[in-house]
Amino acid sequence: MARFIARRLLGMVAVLFAISVIVFLIFNVVPNSDPAARIAGKNADPDLIARVNADLGLDQPLPVQYVTMMKQIFTGQLTSYASNRNVVEQIWEGLPATFSLCIGAAVIWMSLAVLFGYLSAVHAGRFADRALTVLSLVGISMPVFWLAAILLYFLSFKVQLFPTGSYVDLTEDPLDWAYHLVLPWFTLAVLFIGFYSRVLRSNMLDAMNEDYVRTARAKGLSERQVRIRHVLRNSMIPIVTLFGLDFGMVVGGGAILTETVYNLPGVGLYAGEAIRSLDLPPLMAVTMFGAFFIVLFNTVVDVAYAVLDPRIRLGEAAPA
Amino acid sequence: MVAVPEAPPGVPESQVQGRNPWYLAWLRLRRNKVALGCGLLFVLIVAVCLAAPLWADYVAHTGPNDNHITDTVLIDGVETDIVAPDGTPLGPGLRGRYLLGADQNGRDVMVRLLYGGRTSIYIGLAAAAVTTVLAVVVALLAGYYRGWIDAVLSRVLDVIWAFPVLLLGIALGTALAIGGLKLGVIAIAGDSIWIPILIIGLVYVPYMARPLRGEILALREKEFVEAAVAQGMGPLRIMVGELLPNIVSTIIVFFTLNIANNMLLESALSFLGAGVRPPNASWGTMIADGYQMIYTAPHLTIVPGLMIVVTVLSLNVFGDGLRDALDPKARIRIEANDAGRH
Amino acid sequence: MTREPLLRVDDLRVSFATEDGVLQAVDGVSFDLAPGEVLAVVGESGCGKSVTAQTLTGLTRSPNTRISGSVTYRGRELTGLGDDALRDIRGEEIAMVFQDPMSSLNPVYRVGDQIVEMIRAHRDVSKKEARERTVELLTSVGIPNPQARVRSYPHEFSGGMRQRVMIAMALALEPAVLIADEPTTALDVTVQAQILRLLADLNRERELAVVLITHDLGVVAEVADRVVVMYAGQIVEDGTVDDIFYSPQHPYTWGLLGSLARLDRPRTGRLAQIAGAPPSLLDPPSGCRFAPRCAFQFGRCDQPPPLDHDGGTHLDRCWLGGDVKAEVRP
Repeated sequence: MARFIARRLLGMVAVLFAISVIVFLIFNVVPNSDPAARIAGKNADPDLIARVNADLGLDQPLPVQYVTMMKQIFTGQLTSYASNRNVVEQIWEGLPATFSLCIGAAVIWMSLAVLFGYLSAVHAGRFADRALTVLSLVGISMPVFWLAAILLYFLSFKVQLFPTGSYVDLTEDPLDWAYHLVLPWFTLAVLFIGFYSRVLRSNMLDAMNEDYVRTARAKGLSERQVRIRHVLRNSMIPIVTLFGLDFGMVVGGGAILTETVYNLPGVGLYAGEAIRSLDLPPLMAVTMFGAFFIVLFNTVVDVAYAVLDPRIRLGEAAPA
Repeated sequence: MVAVPEAPPGVPESQVQGRNPWYLAWLRLRRNKVALGCGLLFVLIVAVCLAAPLWADYVAHTGPNDNHITDTVLIDGVETDIVAPDGTPLGPGLRGRYLLGADQNGRDVMVRLLYGGRTSIYIGLAAAAVTTVLAVVVALLAGYYRGWIDAVLSRVLDVIWAFPVLLLGIALGTALAIGGLKLGVIAIAGDSIWIPILIIGLVYVPYMARPLRGEILALREKEFVEAAVAQGMGPLRIMVGELLPNIVSTIIVFFTLNIANNMLLESALSFLGAGVRPPNASWGTMIADGYQMIYTAPHLTIVPGLMIVVTVLSLNVFGDGLRDALDPKARIRIEANDAGRH
Repeated sequence: MTREPLLRVDDLRVSFATEDGVLQAVDGVSFDLAPGEVLAVVGESGCGKSVTAQTLTGLTRSPNTRISGSVTYRGRELTGLGDDALRDIRGEEIAMVFQDPMSSLNPVYRVGDQIVEMIRAHRDVSKKEARERTVELLTSVGIPNPQARVRSYPHEFSGGMRQRVMIAMALALEPAVLIADEPTTALDVTVQAQILRLLADLNRERELAVVLITHDLGVVAEVADRVVVMYAGQIVEDGTVDDIFYSPQHPYTWGLLGSLARLDRPRTGRLAQIAGAPPSLLDPPSGCRFAPRCAFQFGRCDQPPPLDHDGGTHLDRCWLGGDVKAEVRP
């Protein structure tokens, strides 16, 4: 097991390295993104631009720039070209909002998805199932940012039920914190609820046809015991692993749309601004942060799979 | 090839039929009225959007990018401002011109919707084609050759996969939008529609390539591949002639659902300014524009979004129906979901 | 001495609604099971033997299924029984063992936990007591090192050991009837013999009645007291094991026996096959269902033959007269 984890960690590092190089290249090989000229301002003369270049170390060869930048990220010294603020600090400041959003939405989406998926599977073919399926399909067909806009319009403007975006820190006022996050949580969760409930439903329907479920009934277990202890338990394994991957993705940059529309000062919003101004340092840092989370959760998921499914743990191939 | 079984003695010939799996799938699909209906709905939407010029010329008498901020239009005999002095544009109403109202530049929303639809759907289809071609090639090569080729290709897929999708899309979109893309002899302008197409196409390659690779790896172990090799068939013939036909049904389902994903991702990128560039319209850019005026003119945001939902929904339902028809045991466990998840 | 049958099945019919029409899987099956008796139900794939077995404890109940006829256990009617009452019977009175022990055991739970689950579903005992009982059970079916093996997962056992675990689980509550649905089909030949011997021992030592479903007549000869032969959803022959092996009365049985390699008969060249395939259960033939494949069919076979006897307890579903059969039988 230790060797397995060690190998995955090494893989993580390799992937992160590759990503950092790619991001760096994207923004340095593309013409017209000359930060020195932008910082120096309009009508700057060539001397000024040259001095800015030297200051920021932009006249060094690319590999040297890359190494410098990576060093700065890891020592927390990285400064943005555009705003002259410490990038790592800004990411750190954005974490509470992003985590509040993502964790809250995750709790909601998992609980509702399991509930809906279970009900759909148990009542398969009947009205409840059809209704939930329609809801799920609609949920996964909506652009997240559009849903956010619609919710804001109807529930925040037309009917002043919820506040219009912005963020209140948890430590300031927990109730207000939650109140401001209800719409964003729901927006982010809707899509996942739709997707996960259908996956669970599908897994459960497959599991219900398995031989071990027949054995469980033959043993004299009640239908509910069979459904929960055998069908649901076995169907949850893929759900849990999917969750790990998606949660990683959402924290890693998936929340950018929701944060933008609801004006939540998280890492996603910061990333959006950085990209719009083509500001390389924050962009690098945010992408690394995002990729790190995704890859981290990928690894966590692999380990979790081994824990949840004893067949994997003991070296056998995973069943299809 | 499905061989027709011989009738055992005593059983009349007519009772025995060799049944082509594609025909069986078609029968199953035909039974699924809802899925068929949605497939037709999608075709209808595409047809209507293709007819955009007809609407623009004969009904609305205006183009998608024509500004009419200071103009007026005759409604029920009254000359009404298309865009009121306070900036509020005309709302929807039952008329030929400005059926769905106007936007803040006085442009006809219905006309823009139809033209925007062409863009969005075109990007969705083209990107799906790009993804499919790349994914199939990668899956075949990695699955057939295995070894170091597989290792390298899988690592490349891992890297693409690990990139926060939206960030990658935005980063590439923004960067390429300025200077365009120059790959040797191929030069693509910064505001060409092919930039978002290629980006979206690339982003979803791992999503499709991995399951396909898994199928190829499994198929490779089967005897018919051994037999083909023993017959002296070259790798290309085996990949294209033997392996590819067996994954076609998976490809078809993935392709359909991929179109839906792509449209959602395109709208997200365009909303953030990293997709389709003005003055071209897509449903995503329309939502971005409309969002500016959401409190005074909600129809500008609601309408294009609704079109996306209906189109994507019909693709999702049809894709589901396809999957059930092609493989009733539904071993292929895929869903169109990804774009919105970012 | 006649004893009250433990299990009585009377004119059982089971049909399934499918995409292609109504499938009549079981079409009028009747038999008795006496206490301590081993009854073998023999037939090829698709003849309805598994469906019959599973219907006894209501495992085939579903919106698509139509069940008619009667199944009585110790005089109590099971076919219309409510779910709660049926659950009490399952495991406690009538237990089942299935064909493929790998897929019949839940792969993510330890083997001991699965047996404990069963015990605690029916009896009010502590986990500790249930675990102790589980170890006893594993010992009684011949699993070595049971204390440790209780914590193993299903895939950590070999096929034969897994089946022993299934049998141990089935015996946990000391049922009166054990239904074994093709218990040895998925196992190696050498292991088959061990499992059959285990079943025979259990039958002898505990007066456990066994319904043994199989397609393999070789298995039957070892263990069974009585045999019922099924074809296309119906019983075509019913007699003691001696009856079936030494004076079989139905051409299908002849075919099954003829395809057996037997040491007590001279080698006559190739093993006989029964040509053709079983009829579709969606649209069964109106006369004798075996007629299309029967080398001895004649005019009367257009009428469906009844299951009757010629004076004893040996029943068969064939129009041929006893004297004709004696001449013609291979």
